[in-house]
Amino acid sequence: MLKVLKSGFYTSIQDLGRFHYRNKGVPVAGAMDNLSVQKANSLLENDANAAVLEITMTGPTLLFEDASYIALAGAKMSATLNNEPIQNYKVYTVTEGDILSYGKLEKGFRGYLAVKGGFSSKAVLGSASQYKPITKESRLKDGDSVPFDSKQDFVPILSELKVDSFLDESVLEVYKAPEFDMLTDTQLEKLFSKDFTVAKENNRMAYQLNEVLAGHDVSMLTSATLPGTVQLTPAGKLIVLMRDGQTTGGYPRILQLSNKAIAILGQKREGAVISFKLV
Amino acid sequence: MKSPTIHTKPFGVHAVLIEWPNEVSEAILNKILQFEAFLKSDCLEGPDWEYVPAYSSLLIINKKSIIDYNSFGEKLLSWYRNMGEAKPEQHYLWRLPVSYDLDFGIDLEEISSVLEKDVLEIIALHTSYTYTVYGIGFLPGFMYLGGLPKVLEVPRRATPRLLVKKGAVGIAGKQTGVYPQESPGGWNIIGNCSVPIFDATKKQPCFVSVGDQIQFYQISRAEYDLHKIEAEVGIYQPEKIEIDA
Repeated sequence: MLKVLKSGFYTSIQDLGRFHYRNKGVPVAGAMDNLSVQKANSLLENDANAAVLEITMTGPTLLFEDASYIALAGAKMSATLNNEPIQNYKVYTVTEGDILSYGKLEKGFRGYLAVKGGFSSKAVLGSASQYKPITKESRLKDGDSVPFDSKQDFVPILSELKVDSFLDESVLEVYKAPEFDMLTDTQLEKLFSKDFTVAKENNRMAYQLNEVLAGHDVSMLTSATLPGTVQLTPAGKLIVLMRDGQTTGGYPRILQLSNKAIAILGQKREGAVISFKLV
Repeated sequence: MKSPTIHTKPFGVHAVLIEWPNEVSEAILNKILQFEAFLKSDCLEGPDWEYVPAYSSLLIINKKSIIDYNSFGEKLLSWYRNMGEAKPEQHYLWRLPVSYDLDFGIDLEEISSVLEKDVLEIIALHTSYTYTVYGIGFLPGFMYLGGLPKVLEVPRRATPRLLVKKGAVGIAGKQTGVYPQESPGGWNIIGNCSVPIFDATKKQPCFVSVGDQIQFYQISRAEYDLHKIEAEVGIYQPEKIEIDA
């Protein structure tokens, strides 16, 4: 078991997401930055869908009650294991009684903790990803225990991974989404030549942007949306749906982020500058 | 019926959107569901495909593979032309019990004065129509229902409530529906449905599918309380009637 001594700002269990229930209105959920998760799970030779902890902004304090192997990924968060600094993308051995804690957020917004074999909390509708009300809670609380299988004889093929970090990248690669053609020349000009900043309203459901485009009066029938869909409200506000985003919507869908662009944006916090590049 | 024309659009690299004429119509919805069933049974194999129908569109998603839109879009059009009389999946009319008790129907009296109809008449109207499920989204199990009679059209509330109860039955504009869980909401609340529309502990968490129909019927407060207990222990079965395709 992993005991949550302090839960931090927003720490949740995530895998790659919950599929096949979108037609019942169930968001996919899953790790915001699944590229970083993939690397941590690869290092531990885990299943690609192995559940990890997603750690947002201010990290938790965690007590290992069993031995295993861990790897950190994503944001740089000044983590320490028994007060010794540890690095991202490197396999560490943990034993009973070890304490993992987090310090200052240096870069990025969401860190990941992977454990050998993955966290084995109960899957609901095919996924361990926490999303309320599919799971009872949306995140971990102080005192929670997260199960994993004890492991003491793992010899990793690679004990460390050199990673080209994208935490400094700010250009989001996008595709045209279904209502792209409604955009006027003025709107297009602004969309692809100006910078945008992440608004205070940003979470696992959606990231709003501070700068607006010209408003519009296009009305449409509710239709499906995806993680990474950029909606344009009648007032001209841009809303980027993220992993917990709703499965249908009534606002025009103008852009669709690539999977990497979702990961890049998921590592941004309020005020961060981004721009869009059509591919 | 001759099949209405469709258009396809790429939506990222893992999904393709198919659009039918932009109107709320049962004929179009049935065509969409017929095509969805045909794609599942005759065209797209493997466990990675997902389908999200809503009103006049169908999104096809592959969670693993990148879709080559140029060839896939062509294939979709050709499958659609050759679908013939493929059978849609079986759909049901669900009869959902609602208590219109004023404790639940907190906006009934206000609507009564806006519409200049007494509360009993509003309840009688709401329960006498059959509604079509045009989409499920916004929240897990939230149904977009079409078919509300014009005489029951009232605007959304000027200020949305921060918290609407689970099961709350609302009307707003041309829509009616049930809040499947506690959430903020701007609809006028007229009652509460005693049956959970969405239950994540079940293998089939939502018994309703797009294309099904809904009819509400009035129950007393005592029946409501009984249903709630039955639903809690998992023995309540909502009443369903097969719809002929």
